[in-house]
Amino acid sequence: MEKQLLKLVVNGQEYVLYISPKSLLVEVIRDHIGLTGTKRGCDTVSCGACTVMIDDMAVKSCSILAVQAEGRHITTVEGLEKNGKLAPIQKAFLDHGSYQCGFCTAGMLISCEAFLKENFTPTKEGIREGIEGNICRCTGYNSIVRAVEAVAKGDYREEGT
Amino acid sequence: MSKYSVINTHVHNVDGIAKVTGRATYTFDVKLPGMLYGKILRSPHPHAKILNIDYSSALELPGVIGVVTGKDTLGVKQGIWRRFQDLCDEQILPVDKVRYIGEPVAAVAAVSEEIAEQALDLIDVQYEVLPAVYEPLDAIKKEAPELHAGFERNINVTRHIEWGNVEEAFEEAEYVREDWFKCGGQAHMCMETRAAVSSYTPDGKLTVYHSSQSPYYMQGLLAGVLGLKEGNIRVISHYVGGGFGGKFELDGAIFCSAVLSMKLHRPVKIVFTREEDFIATKRRTPMSYYVRTGVKKDGTFCAREAKVFTNGGAYTGMGATALYLTGFFHSFPYRWKGYRYDGYRVYTNTLPSTSMRGFGAPQAMWCSEQQIEWITADLGLDPIEMRRKNAHYPGYEVPGQATIASCGIDQCFDVVQKWVKEKGKLPGNRAVGISAAGFMSGGIFNWFDTPYSFSSAVVTINYDGTVELYVGAQDIGQGSNTTLAIICAEALGVRVEDIKVHSGDTEHCPADLGAWGSRQTLMAGNAVKMAAEDAKKQLLEVAYAQSGFNIVYDLDIKNRWVHAIARPERGYDYAELVKKAIRGKDGQRIIGRGHYTPHGKGMISPAYSYMLQAVEVDIDKETGKIKLVDSLTAHDCGQPINRLGLIGQLEGAFSMAAGYGYLEYMPYEDGKLMNPNLVDYKVMRATEMPDVPVAEIDTYEPEGPYGAKEAGEGLTNPTAAAIGNAIFHALGVQMKECPIRPEMIVDALKEKEEKERK
Repeated sequence: MEKQLLKLVVNGQEYVLYISPKSLLVEVIRDHIGLTGTKRGCDTVSCGACTVMIDDMAVKSCSILAVQAEGRHITTVEGLEKNGKLAPIQKAFLDHGSYQCGFCTAGMLISCEAFLKENFTPTKEGIREGIEGNICRCTGYNSIVRAVEAVAKGDYREEGT
Repeated sequence: MSKYSVINTHVHNVDGIAKVTGRATYTFDVKLPGMLYGKILRSPHPHAKILNIDYSSALELPGVIGVVTGKDTLGVKQGIWRRFQDLCDEQILPVDKVRYIGEPVAAVAAVSEEIAEQALDLIDVQYEVLPAVYEPLDAIKKEAPELHAGFERNINVTRHIEWGNVEEAFEEAEYVREDWFKCGGQAHMCMETRAAVSSYTPDGKLTVYHSSQSPYYMQGLLAGVLGLKEGNIRVISHYVGGGFGGKFELDGAIFCSAVLSMKLHRPVKIVFTREEDFIATKRRTPMSYYVRTGVKKDGTFCAREAKVFTNGGAYTGMGATALYLTGFFHSFPYRWKGYRYDGYRVYTNTLPSTSMRGFGAPQAMWCSEQQIEWITADLGLDPIEMRRKNAHYPGYEVPGQATIASCGIDQCFDVVQKWVKEKGKLPGNRAVGISAAGFMSGGIFNWFDTPYSFSSAVVTINYDGTVELYVGAQDIGQGSNTTLAIICAEALGVRVEDIKVHSGDTEHCPADLGAWGSRQTLMAGNAVKMAAEDAKKQLLEVAYAQSGFNIVYDLDIKNRWVHAIARPERGYDYAELVKKAIRGKDGQRIIGRGHYTPHGKGMISPAYSYMLQAVEVDIDKETGKIKLVDSLTAHDCGQPINRLGLIGQLEGAFSMAAGYGYLEYMPYEDGKLMNPNLVDYKVMRATEMPDVPVAEIDTYEPEGPYGAKEAGEGLTNPTAAAIGNAIFHALGVQMKECPIRPEMIVDALKEKEEKERK
């Protein structure tokens, strides 16, 4: 298949890429743009390690083609931090020990962030459902649930914007 | 107030910023200049002779740079039990024979992963298919096909553990019960699949990035199979996306990338797909367990006899250790007058089995703790009190095996008893099951034949007081870098943010056996404490020299404050002392060294953790679906070091152990794994986790740094049996096979109803 030009906006930065139209979004983010925070953990859209935000929606970036994201705003884990200041969800992850090996963390943070954009007063069960698409093999999820609860409660301030 | 200023305080993981910002670079992310991508061709047959491999067409595909087969290797049969030649049985690229579906046969390097994958279809392998065998009880039959020459009836390893007079002890028993159990396998399912980047350069040196639990083991094992000096191999594992016991043996990724790189003189990267990770790594050891237990009517334990046949799969791996440990921990945490264990590890034409978090103990407890529960029911005894009556205590000696220094199991019984009582009678098909366990804090055995200390550490203090801590211990997500930084900070009298931990690089870090067998907190912790104390002593010598205090006064550093212990208010800044000390040493940095090797600590481990877990389960009788509702774990890990890390270990172990109990099923048909993907292989997800609070029991382990012992692995042991026991109390059915699938519950209920009708 012939390569084509693609304009993608990732973390507020516009990239002009010359890629095969069958490239997955995760491949373009990792291999072409070089943002390797986003991971891949399966080949079956099951694990959520590659989750990114497209506009404000969490999307598994192995499940769509890069060309489908043209003209949309993509946020990866690298885009959560603003001017060297961590986002509330990142600070909450640190405080609550919501990661161990860290391989699912990028996708998990993004799923939590997208969840919090839509759910201002979430229940524990709601949070669990919100991150059900992301597998974490290390933490058992409960520390992640606590981090999301803490952010929703307003324990962390937005800085750096 | 705590006597510690850092230990057991709230400390962020030292790798935290890197991990929550996406800066942490895993082997999966490594890209070197000129790097090629490798793919592995795998055997479609469970057992076959390799007659010929023709890869000439693959080489013609544009973009393919090279292909290797067993013929490009030295043909060394390797294994992690390298002290025992007959247990070194695996050629990762076999020369003449494959023994399981998925075993590597050839590897291709190309300019892209896609081209390498296409090239696999162009390799023509001629096989002579051999008869195969998949289950240990079939493989020990006389007529079964032979997997490895010289292993009669495919018995790979046997282990015998015995103490007391077992026959006499059984005669004393007033009640004897025997059961057969089946324990499934389990995939480690690390989020980062096996991955390696190897780079061999014309100076004869090999650098390997590897997702590894023990860079030192990789260095040693690679040297053996590649014919290189250990010192000419550098293994780097800065960030590792999970291990759980599956990443400290040579795997196809590291071996094939190294062989390709040595042939092609280019860096080669191999990353397993999730399917490859399922079918061609190793797995938790499936076991068939026969257990016979004799007790007195008042619940006093007399004797136990166990016979175990484990499905070893095609090669030894760490399975030989799992075979011993399952037999030892099957006795835990109880005192048996007579105890006998016979374990047989049997080769079959399936995925090799090995260590996985719990290391044989989850299987042992699945059988032991359920049978004990059934005995209490048979005899009308209280499950907690019967366990308590027979439990280990501080100072108890497991005959000929181990001496228990610290043991908090008795307090665990108190905590869980109270919790269960408060729950009261539960409605519907809900019930609580309990299960006890214990685990080791590092292994004493040296089958790897290392000439080095088991753990080592170096502490360097810079002019500004910042500290470089070099450890060979490996952080695989369990937080060992943080735990060791805490120990270092406490011992030196500084803060965690003063410490920079250097790990995961054989070129700069001292040798250490790495992350397995729950060894790092105790062993590497002791080494770090010694190194920090060595450095501190050098500082305090200078402090003494100029203090002017009466010689009977002791000086110390705490929280960056140098002072006389008797007069803590009078002191000065630690950084000031560092400057003086370095000047006094002709400008040399302060360097402290530490090491640890267990001596005179029995056969197994220097120290043991203890735990009792209660799990509340709700079962849908129609569908057999299990829901975990609530839980409590009482846990004795000695002095907790890393508070946040400890909670994480407990919760994580629970999710993995519960998965083993009722979700993670590995069905094989004719040697083929039927669900090698994350759609069909179920792991715990957030919606399935209950709350898992922990009650830490206060004990002090004299052999551990600051009284600490293991905390992360033992907690994988009790959960499956606790779930089984909850089901027993809710429905009155005995589940003898794990994982417990819904259809098994439905069938068991049907069988029970039929029996009751008769």
